[in-house]
Amino acid sequence: MDELDCEVLVVGAGPAGVAAAATAAECGRDVLVVDDNRHPGGQIWRRSVATGTPSIAERWLGRAQSAGARFAFPLRIADAHDPTRLVAVGDDGPIALRCEQLVLALGASERFLPFPGWTIPGVCGVGGLQALVKQGLAIRGQRVAIAGSGPLLLAVAASLREHGACVLGIFEQAPRSRVRRFGLGLLARPGKLAHGLGLLNRLRGVPRHHDAWPTRVEVRGSSLRATFRTTHGERTLDVDWLAAGFGLVPNVDVAALLGCRIEDERVVVDEFTRTTIPDVFAVGETIGIAGVEAALSDGITAGLACAGRDADARRAARARYRERRFGDALARTYALRDELRALAAPDTVICRCEDTPIADLAHCADAREAKLLARCGMGPCQGRVCGPALAFLRGWSRDSVRPPLVPLTFSELSALDEPPCR
Amino acid sequence: MAEHDLRLRVDGRDVEVPAGHSVAAALANLRLPARRSIRGHARAPLCGMGICFECRVTIDGKRLVRACMVECKDGMEVLTRDG
Repeated sequence: MDELDCEVLVVGAGPAGVAAAATAAECGRDVLVVDDNRHPGGQIWRRSVATGTPSIAERWLGRAQSAGARFAFPLRIADAHDPTRLVAVGDDGPIALRCEQLVLALGASERFLPFPGWTIPGVCGVGGLQALVKQGLAIRGQRVAIAGSGPLLLAVAASLREHGACVLGIFEQAPRSRVRRFGLGLLARPGKLAHGLGLLNRLRGVPRHHDAWPTRVEVRGSSLRATFRTTHGERTLDVDWLAAGFGLVPNVDVAALLGCRIEDERVVVDEFTRTTIPDVFAVGETIGIAGVEAALSDGITAGLACAGRDADARRAARARYRERRFGDALARTYALRDELRALAAPDTVICRCEDTPIADLAHCADAREAKLLARCGMGPCQGRVCGPALAFLRGWSRDSVRPPLVPLTFSELSALDEPPCR
Repeated sequence: MAEHDLRLRVDGRDVEVPAGHSVAAALANLRLPARRSIRGHARAPLCGMGICFECRVTIDGKRLVRACMVECKDGMEVLTRDG
């Protein structure tokens, strides 16, 4: 098996990972960044087929590269024997990664909640639709409804509109009063306030509902008929796309495999972004959803801490704490309402990999039993869709994480130096 | 069309796609689902970022490939319905 060695291994090339890599490399550390994607940037800095990579991403990537950080794509972490010995899989099979320090910048994924019709093609995530458009999906002239929760709904609606989509409505489950209070809180953060007002300006004329959520989707000819519950009763729209995402969930798989403490769905870190495992740092959305500025502050802190620059890291951590408070406000504002627990009908699929209807979980007490008794979470996504859904719907914590973290082919398995099963 | 500069073979049918598009975007633009679920229902991408595996297809003989993580290449052979 081939091997790549470095002093600091950064997993994830989004803002947090790139900031950590640039900072550590500028402090003289030998840094390697790996990512599952073919291009750096993560999700928020995702390269668009039409418009390329955002300039802020180019600046940070340029900094990291000129400081000597190396990048290797696409590589997805499949196993971690200990924090200094990881296994990744790329186009040419598995590769061993060796490091002294590990920075986990694993990002986040959307929380999807099941409702009747959510598996029909054309129903996808909010970030999901945005990602597909950046990958070349033709959205011009397409009718789109956007539902779920969080500021991402507005950001994606504005972006899709600029790509020529007809955005017919935005359905935010959070109450209007709470969103308004959150907006007022931004008065203390002029940059974020300006960004928010800019979004609202770009969305002029688009109906925005609060206290509203999707209740079902049906196929009607070549369209989707999406029904929403709003404060004015039921509302129905015929659309080409329904994007529905109920907030973001930290990606924690590699941290969980290494045994880092995880609480409230996120990796627990100290002031310097150190996890509970020595020489393992975690940054960005992995330690809680707080946006790109938090991710950058985390990354800078981790990069300095990796280089042993404690006084500088402590200074950087002050910005980090301010950004993390913004994350707390986000969580309070966009907390999911109880009614969303009752969206699925008994025959609504909960595990899309295994087509498990939610009724099959009636006698399951936790995520492990859902696997063993109903095959829920046993497919190729390894519970990454149904797990976060059930965490909200049932309060079930995720089942234990075991290697390999990704489905491997027999040839990939046979190329490993050590078996993943332990 | 000038921008259509790659040729893919999808389920035995030749299609032209612009360079740089992901296989998932190409399939969606063709209005093709990526796979059939184990109960036979059409499925298409959910997350668009490699998490959900709903866009998994067979590419050049390799199964379980996430179409959203792969850029189209000239001569690529894509099989859907291989859930």
